[in-house]
Amino acid sequence: MSPRNVALLWAAQRLSAVVLAVFVVVHLATMIYAVQGGLSAEEILGRTQGNIGWLLFYTGFVVAAAIHAPIGLRNIAMEHLGWRGRSLEIAMLLVALLLLVLGLRAAWGVFA
Amino acid sequence: MSELTVAVWRGDSAGGLEHFRVPRRQNQTVLDVVTQIQRDKDPTLSYRYACRVGMCGSCAMTVNGVARWTCRTHVDKVADGDHLEIRPLENLTIIKDLVCDMSTFFEKMKKARGVFKGGTGRHDPFATIKPDSPARISVDEAIECIGCGVCYASCDVVKWNADYLGPAALNRAWTLMQDSRDVGGGERLAAVAGDAGCHACHTHMSCTERCPKHLSPTASIAGLKRATTKAALKGEL
Repeated sequence: MSPRNVALLWAAQRLSAVVLAVFVVVHLATMIYAVQGGLSAEEILGRTQGNIGWLLFYTGFVVAAAIHAPIGLRNIAMEHLGWRGRSLEIAMLLVALLLLVLGLRAAWGVFA
Repeated sequence: MSELTVAVWRGDSAGGLEHFRVPRRQNQTVLDVVTQIQRDKDPTLSYRYACRVGMCGSCAMTVNGVARWTCRTHVDKVADGDHLEIRPLENLTIIKDLVCDMSTFFEKMKKARGVFKGGTGRHDPFATIKPDSPARISVDEAIECIGCGVCYASCDVVKWNADYLGPAALNRAWTLMQDSRDVGGGERLAAVAGDAGCHACHTHMSCTERCPKHLSPTASIAGLKRATTKAALKGEL
């Protein structure tokens, strides 16, 4: 991968980390608050179904995670497995797509 | 007089530790111990040193598991009781005993474009660099690197990725990026970006922790990360 693309990936991972930090704090705080009265599917769906705010929140969360995680996995694969080259880039793109599809499906699932 | 038991690496990478007993003295440095072994016990012991006062950067070794400059390392500060274990630096090929092949280390300085590239000739006026200018102040410490290789030997990323340029080469590149006389910045940024360059650094800070001159290659690498990101966004990388 060209030095320019690696530099852009590095910036994307840092930027997505900043965004994720906010998402994770809100997500955890909501969980802790929400389980005070017991945890049930009805209670969760009651909060998220039809709520465009939570849909946008979890869509952003999923997009940030789909950007952040594969870049880190790429580094780990290079350093600890010695995996380099085009096959690694394709594999990491597939990981990103998988995270994106599964995550968006889940976000839509609790909205619709 | 008490004695030190000293385990010293002998041979190449397939070698092993050999044990010596030497007198323990006041204000004794690790380099004193190695020198005493060579002079009194075994003249075939190979090691490097030159200045003995922390300027030349040639005497670095692994002492009780930690890379150190041996001429300025007092035995009292690092001995485990009366025991010392002295090995060559890690992450470099061992030539013999405590001597490593430093050529990879210096080749990487070249790869990082660690050479000054001027844009003026002898008939041009002298360049003026104000000592209190932000760029000059930002490399006040970094330019004091003596090239001892302690940071390189302590770096986890070098261990995992043999192509990684390493803290010293990147630190050198950063000092030149901040030098207003230098005109090689563009090609230098391209040389230090990427999977073998500054973006491979995980900010473990072992280099900063171990640097005998108390420099922060980590800060220099962070500077390169900022500079390369700006250049990449502008399409200049």
